[in-house]
Amino acid sequence: MRELHLPWLELSILVPFFGAIWMGAVRDRELARKVSILVCTLTLVFATGEWLDFGMLHTFEAHDHWDAVEFMFHKDVFVVDELSAPLLPLAALLYLMTVLSTLRTKVNRFSFGWTLMSEAILLATLSCREPWGIIVLLSLAIIPPWVELRSRGRSTRVFTIHMGLFVALLVVGQLLLEVESSGTLLPIIAGALLTIASLLRSGICPLHCWITDLFEKATFGTALLFVAPMTGAYAVMRLVLPIAPDWALQSIAIVSLFTAVYAGGMALVQHEARRFYCYLFLSHSSLVLVGMELVTPIGVTGALLVWLSVGLSLAGFGLTLRCIESRIGRVSLNEYHGLYDHTPTLAVLFLVTGLASIGFPGTVGFVGAELLIEGAVTVYPFVGMAVVIAATLNGIAILQAYFRVFTGTRYVASISLRVRPPERIAVLIFTALILGGGLFPQPGVSSRYHAAVALIQQRRGIPQQDQDAGEEHAAHAVPSPGGQRIALTEPRRPVVKGEIAEEITTTNTRVRGPHDKTSRTENE
Amino acid sequence: MTYDSIFQFLGICVVACPAALLVIFGLTALAGRPLGERLMARFTQVAVSAGLLASLAILVMMLLLDKRHVPIEIGNWVVIPEQHFHFHLKFVFDRLSVPFAILSFVLCGTVGAFTSRYLHREPGYSRFFVFYAVFLLGMIVSSLAGTIETMFFGWELVGLSSALLVAFFHERPNPVRNGQRVWTVYRIADAAFLIAALTLHHLTGEGDFDGLMGTGPWPEGHSTISQSHALFVGLLFLVAAAGKSALVPFSGWLPRAMEGPTPSSAVFYGSLSVHLGAFLLLRVSPILEVSPLLSIAVVAIGLTSAVFGAITARVQTDIKSALAFASLTQVGIIVAEIGCGLRYIALIHIIGHACLRTLQLLRAPTLLHDYNSLENAIGSQRPYATTFLERVVPVRSRAWLYRISMERGFLDAMLSDYIVRPFLAVFRWSDGLERRWTDLLSGGKSRESDELKPHTAALEEFV
Repeated sequence: MRELHLPWLELSILVPFFGAIWMGAVRDRELARKVSILVCTLTLVFATGEWLDFGMLHTFEAHDHWDAVEFMFHKDVFVVDELSAPLLPLAALLYLMTVLSTLRTKVNRFSFGWTLMSEAILLATLSCREPWGIIVLLSLAIIPPWVELRSRGRSTRVFTIHMGLFVALLVVGQLLLEVESSGTLLPIIAGALLTIASLLRSGICPLHCWITDLFEKATFGTALLFVAPMTGAYAVMRLVLPIAPDWALQSIAIVSLFTAVYAGGMALVQHEARRFYCYLFLSHSSLVLVGMELVTPIGVTGALLVWLSVGLSLAGFGLTLRCIESRIGRVSLNEYHGLYDHTPTLAVLFLVTGLASIGFPGTVGFVGAELLIEGAVTVYPFVGMAVVIAATLNGIAILQAYFRVFTGTRYVASISLRVRPPERIAVLIFTALILGGGLFPQPGVSSRYHAAVALIQQRRGIPQQDQDAGEEHAAHAVPSPGGQRIALTEPRRPVVKGEIAEEITTTNTRVRGPHDKTSRTENE
Repeated sequence: MTYDSIFQFLGICVVACPAALLVIFGLTALAGRPLGERLMARFTQVAVSAGLLASLAILVMMLLLDKRHVPIEIGNWVVIPEQHFHFHLKFVFDRLSVPFAILSFVLCGTVGAFTSRYLHREPGYSRFFVFYAVFLLGMIVSSLAGTIETMFFGWELVGLSSALLVAFFHERPNPVRNGQRVWTVYRIADAAFLIAALTLHHLTGEGDFDGLMGTGPWPEGHSTISQSHALFVGLLFLVAAAGKSALVPFSGWLPRAMEGPTPSSAVFYGSLSVHLGAFLLLRVSPILEVSPLLSIAVVAIGLTSAVFGAITARVQTDIKSALAFASLTQVGIIVAEIGCGLRYIALIHIIGHACLRTLQLLRAPTLLHDYNSLENAIGSQRPYATTFLERVVPVRSRAWLYRISMERGFLDAMLSDYIVRPFLAVFRWSDGLERRWTDLLSGGKSRESDELKPHTAALEEFV
C-alpha cells in the first residue's frame, strides 16, 4: 500500500483529541472558544494536507507515513481511500465553521471539549476501514451528544433506545458475519442486521424519530455535528455494500426513496426551524443512499457528489439557522420574522446553501443531482422519478422557510443583529465553496467517478489498481450498445480466484455482489 | 480572422454580458458593499447594450452570409467519457433564438432604464437589480440554449428570480405568499421539464437539440422518436410550459405575480417570462408533429386558457390584473398556434405581444392620468357601447359567468382544496403520529418546539 508523505491521518485525529483533553483544563469560556478555533483550524489544515497528498499519489488507498498503529498492531487500521479522502477535510471544515460561528451568547451552552472529542472520533471513523474499528468508533460517537442531553436535563430515552439498538445490531451483525457457517441463512441475517443498523443511523423512515428528538433537545451545534457528516451512509458503504446481495440493496434504495419523499413532505408542514431542517436533511441524506444502492457508476458517482454537496450546503444551511437562533431564540415557522434588513448576508447564505442542496444550477449540488437522477431513472425508470419529486418538495420547503425567516414586518430589536466578522468569514467560505464547486465541477466529478468505479470493483471482488493503471484501463473500455453503462474491464489483468467472470457490464445491468447467486456459483 | 471565429466571439459576448452583470452585482451584494444607484444603472445599460449589439451583429452576419444555424460550442462543462455522460455547453443562434434573445435584451434594457427612475431611493433598489441580472442571464441562456440541460439551467434562473421579485415588497405578507405560490407552481413545472429532458435523453442518447429534434435548422427539424414516446415526453413538456406560461390549470399565479413592482411585472409576467413556456413548445415543436394527439392537447390547453383569460380579464377591478389576464389570452392563442403547427406566426405573435404588453404595463401606474388626458381631448367621458356577449348571453348566464370570472374560474380554490390541502393533511397526520410515538418513548411530552410562542413583533399576523 502506498504511503502518504506525512502522518496526516494521525495528526488530524490526534490534534482534536489532545485539544479536547486540554479543554478540560480551560475554565474561561471565551478562551475555550479561541483554543477550539485554533485546534479546528489545525485539524482542517492536516485533513486538507491528507487530501492533497493523497490526490498526488494517484492511488486508490494509502496509509500514513510513520503509521504508529500499523507498527504496533501490524494492521492497516487507518487508511485513506478515494471514498474517504474528501470526506475528512469536509468533516474538519464543518467543525471549524461550527466553532467559528458560535457566538459569545452561546459559549456557555456549547461544549467545546466534547465537540473536539467528537471531531477526533469522527475523523478516526472516516479514516478507518476495519469493520470492528468502525463499529467501536461509531459507538463512541454516541457518547458526546448523550452526555450533553444528560447535562441539559433532557430526556435521553428516545436517543438511548435507538442508539442502543444501533450498537446492538452492529455488534451482533458483525459477530454473525464472522461465524464460520456452511449455510446461507446466517450471512443473510448478519447482513440484514448490519443494514438495519446503518439505516437506523441514517435516519431512514420509520427509524428516524431519534434525529428529530435530538434536534429538539440537544444544542443545534451538537445535533448538527452528529448528523451532518452522514456516518450512517459511511457505515453502509463500509459494512453493508461489500456483502449485501442485490435484493438487499434494492430494498435499501426503495426505502430510502420513500424516506426522501416522506421527509420532503414533512419539511413542508413543520412549525419550527430545527425540525424543518431535520426533515430537509433526512430527505437529502436518503437521496445519497438511493444513489449508493444503485451500484452503477453514474448512480454511485452522483451519490458521492451529492454526499459532498449536501454535506457542505446543508451544513451551511444549518449554521445559518443556528446563527439566527442565537439572535432571536428558537425560530417559529408560523410567523414571518422580518430579519432581512438586519441580516441580509445571512439571507443570501440561507438561499445559496438551500438552493445548492436541491441541486440548483450553478451551485455545487447541480451536477451531483443530475447524475443521481439519471442513475435512478436508468435503473428504476418510474420509481426513480421520486427523486425528482423529493427535490421539488425540498425546493418548495426551502423557499417557504426563507420567506418565514427573512420577510415580513421588520423585526424590532434593541441591539444590532448584523452579522459578526467570524460569521461573515464562515459565510464567505461556504459561498465560495458552493459557487466555486458549482461553476467548476469537473475535478470533483472525475475524483468521485474514480471512487465510484473503485467501490464497485471492490464489491465485485476485483483488486484495486493505481489510478495511472486505471486510466490506461479506461482507454480500453468498450462502449456498450446503449452508450450509457460500460465496461469496468481490466485488460491484461490476471483472473483471480473468486472473481466474477463477467467482463462487461452493460446498460441496465446492476453490478452483482459476491453474495449473488451467479457469483456464488462461479466461485464454487 | 474567419467568420466562424467572429461568430464565436460575438456569441460568447451575448452570454457573457449578462453573466458579468450578475457577477458584479452578486459579489458586491455578498460582500455587503452594494453599488450606488447610478453605478448599477450604468452597468445595466452597458451590459444590455453590449449584449444587444452583439446579437444584432450576429443577426446581420447571418443574413449577409445566408446562415440559418450558427452553433457556438463552449465545450464540455462536465464529462465522464467512460460513461458517455457529458454536460455540453452549447448555444445556438437560429431563427427562433436570435429574435427571442434580441427581444429579451430590448425589453430588459427598456425596463432597466425605467426602473432606475421608478425605484429611485427605494430600499430594495439594489436587491431588484440583483434579481434582474439573474433573470436576464436566465432568459438569454434559455433563449440560446443548444442543449436541453443548458436550457434547464436558464429556465431555473428565470423561475427563482421571478418568485423572489413577486415577493419584492417583503414587509407585507401578501406579496410573500404570492411569491411562494409562484415558486411552487414553477417547481412543479421544473420537475416536469427535468423528467421530460431525462426521458428524451434516454430515448435519443442525446442532449443536443440538433440530435433530439432531428436534422435541419429550426423550424424544419423532424423528430425520430416514436409516437407514444413523443406523446409522453410532449405532455411533460406541456405541463412545464403550462406552469411557466400560467396556462390552465396553473393560471392562478399570474394575477398574484402582479404584487411585484411594476417593472418586474412588465418584463416578467407581461412579456418575457410568460412566453418562455411557449418558447419551449416552439423549441421542441418537432415532437408535436410526431403525435397528433399531443398537438390536439396543446391546442386544447391553449384555447381553454385564451377563453378563460378573455372572460376573466373583463371583470378585473385593477389594471395590472386585467393586463395579466389579457396576456394569458394572447399566450393561450400563441400556444394554440404552436399546436396547429404555425410556428412563424407564433414567433411573430410573441414578439408583438411582448412589446405591446410591456408598454401597457409600464404605462399602468399612470392609467388615471392617461384616462384624464383622453377624456380631456375628446371633451367628454368615454362612450359606453354594449358588447357582443352582452347582446347574445342571457342575463342569468351572465351573472353565472361573472361569478366564475370574479373567482378566476375557481382554479386556485380547486388546486388548494383537492390537491394541496389533502397532501398536507397526510403529512400533518404523520407528524401527529410521530409526536405520539416520541412521547411514548420519552414517557412524557417530547417536543419543546410545541411550546414555542409567537414573537411579539409579529402579532399582527395573528390578529
